[in-house]
Amino acid sequence: MMKKNERKRTFLLITIPILVLFFTFNTLPLIKGFIYSFTNFKGYGSYDWVGFRNYIDLFQDARVGHSYLFTFKFALVATIVVNLFSLILALGLNSRIRAKSALRGIYFIPNVLGGLVVGYIFSFIFTYILPTIGKSLGIDFLSSSMLADTKTAWFAIVIVAAWQAIAMNTIIYISGLQTVPEDVYEAGSIDGATGWTKFKNLTFPLIIPFFTINMVLCMKNFLMAFDQIMALTKGGPAQSTESISFLIYKNGMDGGQFGFQSANAVIFFVVIVAISIFQLTFMNKKEEQL
Amino acid sequence: MKKNTKQMGKTNWPVTILLIMGCVTIFFPLYMAVIIAFKKPSEMTNDIAGALSFPSSWSFDNFTEAMRVTDFWNSLGNSLLITALTVVIAILLHSLAGYAIGRNMGKSKFYKFAYLYIVSGMFVPFAILMMPLVKQTSQMGIGNRAGVIILYVVFYMPMNLLLYSGYLKNIPLALEEAAKVDGASTWKTYWSIIFPVMKPMHATVAVLTALGTWNDVMTPLVIMSGTGKNTLPLAQLNFQTQFGTNYNLAFASYLLALIPILLFYLVCQKQILNGVVNGAVK
Repeated sequence: MMKKNERKRTFLLITIPILVLFFTFNTLPLIKGFIYSFTNFKGYGSYDWVGFRNYIDLFQDARVGHSYLFTFKFALVATIVVNLFSLILALGLNSRIRAKSALRGIYFIPNVLGGLVVGYIFSFIFTYILPTIGKSLGIDFLSSSMLADTKTAWFAIVIVAAWQAIAMNTIIYISGLQTVPEDVYEAGSIDGATGWTKFKNLTFPLIIPFFTINMVLCMKNFLMAFDQIMALTKGGPAQSTESISFLIYKNGMDGGQFGFQSANAVIFFVVIVAISIFQLTFMNKKEEQL
Repeated sequence: MKKNTKQMGKTNWPVTILLIMGCVTIFFPLYMAVIIAFKKPSEMTNDIAGALSFPSSWSFDNFTEAMRVTDFWNSLGNSLLITALTVVIAILLHSLAGYAIGRNMGKSKFYKFAYLYIVSGMFVPFAILMMPLVKQTSQMGIGNRAGVIILYVVFYMPMNLLLYSGYLKNIPLALEEAAKVDGASTWKTYWSIIFPVMKPMHATVAVLTALGTWNDVMTPLVIMSGTGKNTLPLAQLNFQTQFGTNYNLAFASYLLALIPILLFYLVCQKQILNGVVNGAVK
């Protein structure tokens, strides 16, 4: 009996301080952010309650609306690009090739590098290298910087974000491919499955859990994009590449819109949760069907 | 290994060659960074060769200058300090949390709630916490490196709790019960038996937490901005304007910021790859 109480007490003494810590630096600021979203707080000085004013304004604010459109377009395209390339890359890296571990090691390098510095290096490529190549080859759309054009800047960010994210997703797909037993292929090849049919009917269904992980991870990370935008465009040109996180940071911290951007952040939070839940339940259903 | 591939079948040469060629996409930006970092501004002609041909002499002047301008050693020190302390605290505290919560969540509603409460923190974007946290940390007097470390410990708690409590499911209770019979307390049993057994998970947690904190810009940007202290990425951001159009200096600085993590990757490649896979697949 003594022993049992001692064990219970130890567990409580561990858990309670941890819960307090987590509450103080995660839940408490979340609640505060929610409260600020009903005020006209500028980040300093006094403020008044404004009720749902911020939320009403939010839906009429063109800049906020545009940042949502940009973020979703960016996240969706980047997720598709990344998953397509990393799946192909993983299939390659998992086949009978020479120098397998060296190649895998090399293709993972982008993932360990910091997004900001990578962004700065690519910024030079977009501003100087690509236009020079474009001009000498007479390719029109390359002959000026992709970052300076409102039509192409978002795709430049997709390229840089993908360059880094492909590394991570490839590794996850490889570990997925390694769980596919050899005899599945042997059975398949007797039935005459090769190439695309083999992939579609045998390999892909077996690695769907890994596909799910990658889709969820990718989407969540890209919806929160910040570093690449900070390094490449700072939201420009003409505010065409302002992600939601970037706008909240820029106008909330420096622009005197603490209260208004808090409301934006609350909506953003709800959107992230909704998408994550949707993705997970949707993918779970698909997995069960197979 | 090579003999093995021969036994299993022919090497797929077309794929091997394609993959080797594909490495260009990885190395090109890095190669360009090295070349530009070693050049003088006068060597930066307006054609491709200006950015890609070898410099006339390999001088480290840009690097010493970049170190001076960005206060490199202090930034490096801050980054190392923040990352190392975060990782150590994460391993000690989060494994303990994983143990206390993971061992009880099956039979107690309170621990089940604690688990779901902390893990659901994964869905909270930093953007919503950012502004209140800036206020809160400065009111508490921790708008500095200590504050950044505390925040990282909290931000990585959901993921690490998930990892540790998942790993604990594979560690049988019988292991601790033997020690309990000998009269050891739960606390002692944990540190002498359970903590060492979780070593593989410590490695995963260390890798994931370290990569995340080392490269993070946003948290130190908003929390430490008043202190005049920089982490390595933050120094790049803050000194970006000072580089002006001196790309050679800027690239020397970028390289300096990339070298520590590249070296670390070179040495611990296997652990890093394993850690990342373990973390993601769990």
